[in-house]
Amino acid sequence: MDLITPGFGLVFWTAITFIFLLLILKKFAWKPILGAVSDREEGIKKALASAENARKEMENLHADNERILKEARAEREALLKEARDIKVKMIEDAKGEAQAQANSIIEQAQSAIESEKKAAMAELKSHVANLSIEIAEKVVRAELSNKDKQIELVESMLGEAKLN
Amino acid sequence: MTITGIAAIGAGLAAIGAGLGIGKIGGSAMEAMARQPEMHGKIQSSALILAAFVEAVALFGVVVAFLQG
Amino acid sequence: MTLNTFKSTIFSVLFLTTSFVGFASENSDPTEDKEFNAKEMILHHVKDAHEFHLWDWNGTPVSLSLPIILWTDNGLTTFSSSKFHHDDSGKVIVEENGGKFVKLHEKIYQLDNNANAVEFDTEHHPTNASMPTDISITRNVFMMWVSAVLLLIIFLSTAKVYKKSENKVPTGIAGFIEPLIMFVRDEIAKPMIGDHKYKRYMPYLLTIFFFIWINNIFGLIPILNGANLSGNIAFTCTLAVFTFIITTISGNKNYWKHIFWMPGVPVPMKIFLMPIEIIGMFVKPISLMIRLFANITAGHVIILALMSLIFVFKSVAIAPVSVAFSLFITVIEIIVTAIQAYIFTILSALYFGMATEEEHH
Repeated sequence: MDLITPGFGLVFWTAITFIFLLLILKKFAWKPILGAVSDREEGIKKALASAENARKEMENLHADNERILKEARAEREALLKEARDIKVKMIEDAKGEAQAQANSIIEQAQSAIESEKKAAMAELKSHVANLSIEIAEKVVRAELSNKDKQIELVESMLGEAKLN
Repeated sequence: MTITGIAAIGAGLAAIGAGLGIGKIGGSAMEAMARQPEMHGKIQSSALILAAFVEAVALFGVVVAFLQG
Repeated sequence: MTLNTFKSTIFSVLFLTTSFVGFASENSDPTEDKEFNAKEMILHHVKDAHEFHLWDWNGTPVSLSLPIILWTDNGLTTFSSSKFHHDDSGKVIVEENGGKFVKLHEKIYQLDNNANAVEFDTEHHPTNASMPTDISITRNVFMMWVSAVLLLIIFLSTAKVYKKSENKVPTGIAGFIEPLIMFVRDEIAKPMIGDHKYKRYMPYLLTIFFFIWINNIFGLIPILNGANLSGNIAFTCTLAVFTFIITTISGNKNYWKHIFWMPGVPVPMKIFLMPIEIIGMFVKPISLMIRLFANITAGHVIILALMSLIFVFKSVAIAPVSVAFSLFITVIEIIVTAIQAYIFTILSALYFGMATEEEHH
């Protein structure tokens, strides 16, 4: 019975000692220790989070780079293609134009030649006609000035005609 | 037989009951741990708490024995 | 931290301190050749005392006299326990501050004014003496202060480690203490109270855990003559009352609703449950008190009983057996020191958790 009757003295001192211990330890031990531990945990958490963020950022950057590179490549490709197209087109155009021009020049030249030729022919014809007439006139004059000769002529002509 | 002797027998009877109870808890906890080793820590702490509750019954018996002794 | 590391720490500390088992002989007067009484010896060791008996030297007890502080009709009366000359049977009468005092079974009695010797009735209770309010510094109070000083030294120096180091790295003693504190936080407070509210209760839980644990350990150190503080019902009662007060103060609406008007059951059941819950409210701290007291006391009783077998049988032949058995029990008790501190703390945390639990249905 004695054993399970709480003695007042011990209850009194236990309460005082415990409250004293609780207050002192709370202020000077538990607070700094738990604070330091949770600070450290926060720090670790933060460091991990920032590392994760950095990793993600790096990934984003990488993806961005990749994308930009891709775009640049595509752009270059497009530019090149365009340039090539333009080149081809220009060549084609130039070719066509040149052809057309050449054709027209040739045509002009041809027509000029033709007309020149015609004119020359006509001139030549008239010249020849005139010459022929002059020659004929001279010949006729010369021939007709000499009777023999006239007869010879006639005869040669007749002979020729016979041959024919 | 004195009253102290009877009290001691009572304490012993209480101990039998608590022994059975704690044995059951321990056995089941072991089985559970064998089945799910990854839950080891949780099972152990709850088994300890349950054992403490069962043990309290035996201790009440001991205290009654102290009362008489 | 796992329980295993926790256990191994306990082992490593305690094997160093309890590698020998022994206690002072009960009989303070060797000339008085009385029959060895195991029960008396055990009870004497388990109970509180007014002097710190260390050992006997050539038949005279070597002991530390502790002050006796009494609140009598004449006010505060203090004197040294050495004035009783190790007498515990009420024979030596000390006159102090106008009162006559005797010590009987480690209790101080004040004799009635006209009495000159203690008179007993048939059940050996004094008839002509009364008990003044006794707030002496007893063996247990003394050991409690020693343990409190030790706790202060340990934890204040731990706190200093954190203050000094810039990066809050636990070095030295903090490396040993921090896992224990983390154990209380992560295995006891967080799961039992909840992640949001546990912080308020951490100082109490940590203090009570280490206070109980260190006093359990002190109780097992033989040279301290079984200063059985945590096996004293006054000590456990005080701590249980603290837990009860904190639980009651922090009880929220939901807690009281569960006690007085249990939700989710029919009305007759509510009425039936109300008295049970009210009784349960008080049984919780009472079971805390009894559990710690009875566990530690029972451990001491078993060890002492096994050792007294040698004297009961009056034979050295029995010594190896009883030493082996008491060594075995001592090892178990070393585990029990930590387990009981853990159980007391976790159940306190559980009750706080119940009191602060929010409605979730």
